[in-house]
Amino acid sequence: MTFERPSKRKFDEARPVEAEAGVIKKADGSARFKIGDTEAYAAVYGPRELHPKFLQDPKTGILRCNYSMLPFSGDGSRVRPGPSRRSKEISMVTEKALRPVLDLRDYPNTVVDVFIELPQTDAGSRCAGICAAAIALADAGLTMKDMVSSVSVGMVRGNLLVDLDGDEEHMDENEAADVPIAMIPSTEEITLLQMDGIVSKEDFFKGLEMVKPALRLIAEKQREALKNKYK
Amino acid sequence: MGELLVKDKEVVVPGQILAKGLDFLPSNGTYRLSEDILANRLGVISVEGKVLRSIPMAGRYLPQRNDVIIGKVDDILMSGWRLDINCPYSAVLPLKDASFDFIAKGADLTRYFNLEDFVMVKITNVTSQNLIDVTAKGPGLKKLRGGRVMKVNPNKVPRIIGKKGSMVSMIKKGTDCKIMIGQNGLIWFEGTPDMEVIVSETIKKIEKESHHQGMTDKIKVFLEQRTGRIIDLSEQDESEHNNQGDQQ
Amino acid sequence: MMNHEVKEHIRNALKKGIRIDGRKLEELRPISIETGFLSTAEGSAKIIFGDAEVLAGVKMAIEKPYPDTPEDGVLMVGAELLPLSNPEFESGPPSIESIETARVIDRGIRESKAFNTKSLCLEKGEKVWTVAIDIVPLNYDGNLIDMGGLAALAALKNARFPKMNEDGTVDYHVKTDKTLELQKMPVPITVCKIGDLLIVDPTDEEEKAVDARLTVTVLDDDKICALQKGGDSPLTMKDIEKMVDLAIKTSKVLRSKIVEVN
Repeated sequence: MTFERPSKRKFDEARPVEAEAGVIKKADGSARFKIGDTEAYAAVYGPRELHPKFLQDPKTGILRCNYSMLPFSGDGSRVRPGPSRRSKEISMVTEKALRPVLDLRDYPNTVVDVFIELPQTDAGSRCAGICAAAIALADAGLTMKDMVSSVSVGMVRGNLLVDLDGDEEHMDENEAADVPIAMIPSTEEITLLQMDGIVSKEDFFKGLEMVKPALRLIAEKQREALKNKYK
Repeated sequence: MGELLVKDKEVVVPGQILAKGLDFLPSNGTYRLSEDILANRLGVISVEGKVLRSIPMAGRYLPQRNDVIIGKVDDILMSGWRLDINCPYSAVLPLKDASFDFIAKGADLTRYFNLEDFVMVKITNVTSQNLIDVTAKGPGLKKLRGGRVMKVNPNKVPRIIGKKGSMVSMIKKGTDCKIMIGQNGLIWFEGTPDMEVIVSETIKKIEKESHHQGMTDKIKVFLEQRTGRIIDLSEQDESEHNNQGDQQ
Repeated sequence: MMNHEVKEHIRNALKKGIRIDGRKLEELRPISIETGFLSTAEGSAKIIFGDAEVLAGVKMAIEKPYPDTPEDGVLMVGAELLPLSNPEFESGPPSIESIETARVIDRGIRESKAFNTKSLCLEKGEKVWTVAIDIVPLNYDGNLIDMGGLAALAALKNARFPKMNEDGTVDYHVKTDKTLELQKMPVPITVCKIGDLLIVDPTDEEEKAVDARLTVTVLDDDKICALQKGGDSPLTMKDIEKMVDLAIKTSKVLRSKIVEVN
């Protein structure tokens, strides 16, 4: 019996994407990014003064990311507000995913703060957060060599699938795998790579190739969101 | 050999391929990646022969020497005042540059500028670490009393001023308001309450639509509709160019 | 903290009946309400008012009741001033402003007995439904208590119980048609005093010029079910009278918006 995705998508097809820039008026840059039922808002404030002073870098501005899920955004019961170990780790890998494209040397001793909030999630939340944040950083006018696009690829019941949704994440108890990836589209350099699960080396590298078209499509949506703001 | 993929004045985004081939040359806001030229910030493309430049549409104010800006006093120091200038860095107004009057050491500095006061100043020096010195001595530089202050995207200031100040002059004429514009995106204005609302709306409109063509005409029509008065521009230069206008 | 002269300027404009954005003193910003758009919440609402935007979500669960109220379901109201929504909000533990916002909105809903907490009881002393409302601004521009309170009501109205399985656990993927059956609509209205004049629905800029404020939570029959005075200046009895009257008057406009909500 051949495997059919609950959403009936092709194996290499990501969920439908909606992206908008400039949605938060007081922010220096902002965006909303929705993929399937996972939605992320990102707001950029900065470059701005950085306190405490010992965090300042005299050679460059620094990037600081804060990822958080809203209490009503989880699949199931309410998510207690406040940072958790999971959200702190995601904040850190998000920062590492975005930093390589930014040039903050014109702003020594400052910080660029990125706040990511998700009102609803259905798997792929850290990827959606990174996509929203990348649009927001560009919207803020920062020097960025390219966007950063992010989506997951996974293995469910022996099938490599791009952009696992909530149903698929829960499907396979045994040898499932979930690999969130972020990539710089113009160079195909990878800035986020994590994995949960068990997968063979061959399947893993097949997955990395398989996800590229979806990432390029997402990058186009991100750029479109910016251009649409100025139509 | 080489292919230009964008038009002059087109909005471009980071990572967008602007041209293919080694013919073209990158400049501000663009860079070369192997044989292509890509944009490295959100901006409006300017094609000057073979040189591709991107003019920024967003981004915080970067202080430049000789810029005239509006700052807000946020600390009173031993030797002067510290100003918040809507930028990641504060500015310092030293005692000697505050006034043409002699200020004695130990004088009560709040008599000159107090916390939360808005002051029109000129940048005299910017160090490599972005420490900024300003002066309040000079034509048009002073404490701004009363009125209202609004913040705009500093990249839009040239549009709001207009060529030789034509846009801001038109707004002043249409609303009878005094208006002072800081290069750092702070704008002070004062007039009757209903006209102040119109100044604010007009400036926000220019900010939002600045990348469109024909702004001067659009704004003239908008002002006339909102104020119910016709504006006589016979003494003014009406061209569209972005420029550092003089201010009053 | 606001520049004294700028504050005077705002006050003088108010004396002429004009606010910074051109509104009249008692005029509200245009309001639009959207509900039921969040897939993970049992109830959701978003209110857009001028440049501001606030979101409210309702989550339900089955838990043990509080020992002193064994037959009552549990109501919880939370609010967070997201740093996302305003450069002046900082990351960290809940600020006193967000705590006050949550508690004032909570008081209105709880004291008015907007819904019957006894009807949430499944097994006395053992199992009750808990209803948690969380309110956040996405775009902050003042007046969070009022619009957050309104969003909370819209989200409660929109809320549908999730399915309860045979074994007493909740299946969040299936929504029933059962609603909370709101009996009252407690609408909070914050009236602000600047100088001698009163305004409603202040923007962020106006809030900085406010001397004192009074939040009055008004019910459908014009009765009051909660009060909260804020701000550094005192209020006279005359002030309070005028503020309560203005709150009751303004509540009618907001109530008419909520009635259409599903």
